[in-house]
Amino acid sequence: MLPLADTQFVEATWIMVAKSLVIFGVIFAILPLMTVLERKLIGRFQHRYGPNRVGPFGILQPLADVGKLLSKEAFMPANAIPTLFVLGPLLPVLSGVLALAIIPWGDVQDGVGLYGIDVPIGILYFFAVGSLAFYGVLLGGWASGSKYSLLGAMRGAAQLISYEVSMALALLGAIIMGGSLSLVDIVRAQDAVWFIVPQFVGFLIFMLAGFAETNRTPFDMPEADAELVQGFMTEYGGMRFGSFLLVEYMEILVVSGIAAAVFLGGWMGPGPSFLDPIWMLAKMLALVLVFIWVRATLPRLRYDQLMNLGWKVMLPLATLNVLVTAVLVVVT
Amino acid sequence: MSERFPYLKDQDVVEVQRGPEPGGLGGAYRAFGETLRGLKTTMARLVEGPLTIQYPEEKTPVYPRFRGRHKLHRFEDTGHEKCVGCSLCAAACPADCIRVVAAENVPGERVSAGERYAAVYEINMSRCIFCGYCEIACPFDAITMGHDYEMADYGREDLIFTKEMLLAEPLERTPLRSEGE
Repeated sequence: MLPLADTQFVEATWIMVAKSLVIFGVIFAILPLMTVLERKLIGRFQHRYGPNRVGPFGILQPLADVGKLLSKEAFMPANAIPTLFVLGPLLPVLSGVLALAIIPWGDVQDGVGLYGIDVPIGILYFFAVGSLAFYGVLLGGWASGSKYSLLGAMRGAAQLISYEVSMALALLGAIIMGGSLSLVDIVRAQDAVWFIVPQFVGFLIFMLAGFAETNRTPFDMPEADAELVQGFMTEYGGMRFGSFLLVEYMEILVVSGIAAAVFLGGWMGPGPSFLDPIWMLAKMLALVLVFIWVRATLPRLRYDQLMNLGWKVMLPLATLNVLVTAVLVVVT
Repeated sequence: MSERFPYLKDQDVVEVQRGPEPGGLGGAYRAFGETLRGLKTTMARLVEGPLTIQYPEEKTPVYPRFRGRHKLHRFEDTGHEKCVGCSLCAAACPADCIRVVAAENVPGERVSAGERYAAVYEINMSRCIFCGYCEIACPFDAITMGHDYEMADYGREDLIFTKEMLLAEPLERTPLRSEGE
């Protein structure tokens, strides 16, 4: 039987509250910076500067953006379904915040675990909560009462079923090697060698599926600004649109966090142990840079190409990866 | 081939070059390689750095023969205006944007070098097409095309440039392009 995570590890309530506040605060401080970073980097990738007018180096741009979004009317189309329309942007925020809880920032230090919570079903929790975000897309698209939104939502649904399986299978190899579902235990198991070395195929597939999970190029078909005018977001304006945008960046951080924990050795790094969260954050941000780099490079895939890639390439590769890993783990 | 297209000679017929089939394992392998090549391309752009000219702070240099806002000239030694009010520029102007009213020079209060001078010299910049015919028509090189191109204003009446405005040096000099730039 697999040794599960240490469910007996108990902390005082105030420590838990403080931890969640710190994680929440840090992540929500990073999110606006990510939007600027992305716009500036995409600019550089295209021989441009990107935003550099608001504040030094354009660093206050997100403040201006949020100010603009907040001052807009919370508009709702006449044939929208009010409750679901409002719920649409809220569900993904909930899912993103919930998923942040299991990202491990460090091992247990001085009786405090440097993570939101060490769930024994760690990665399953990530999948359960991460898929919740998709309900936001589907509900938002359907409740908008607009053809473009519905098309975007339907594309999202078809996309979800073609990558979610490969994503889980890609992580399964690392789970087998780590011998646990808990992210903290998986990171601990990477003491000798990071799982990106033995699980390189898994890492690639996970990142590809991650692009799809976060609805980013080359898999941004649910949004598809060129043909679907932002897909499920078409009818949203003001801060409701803003929260969809916020969630996109939060999902990038979460997926990067999971990838960093499972494949890049999580908090492992040289230096004293108090640097552990910094290492984790650095690895996450490095993966965020990869997300931005890919967005600046690849065009959007055609619909059938995504299906082909998901079912004919990623799924068999991921299955093969899991099988080989399982056999090797049993043999050695 | 030859019966369908009798006008084609044999050496004109070239076989169509086709790329490899996109599907299959080989296709996936090639797609992966091409993706890496694309990533390399964008990264090279990042390293090269931006090419943007930050316009209001940083201006595009103009060529020496750039036809911008007109200038009227004086003789450097005497300070007299070169314009003698002959209205040839107004006659040459295809957009009909120059208005000249000439007057006789009074001895002692000499304005121009010749017998007459331009009492009124106005160019309506909202009509001007910057063709440079006025410069060519002028027998005394009194009017030339300058290098300034920032003439936006809030009203049409502000775009009528008087003689004093055209004689004065522009407030800000437009950067000139150096040789071969």
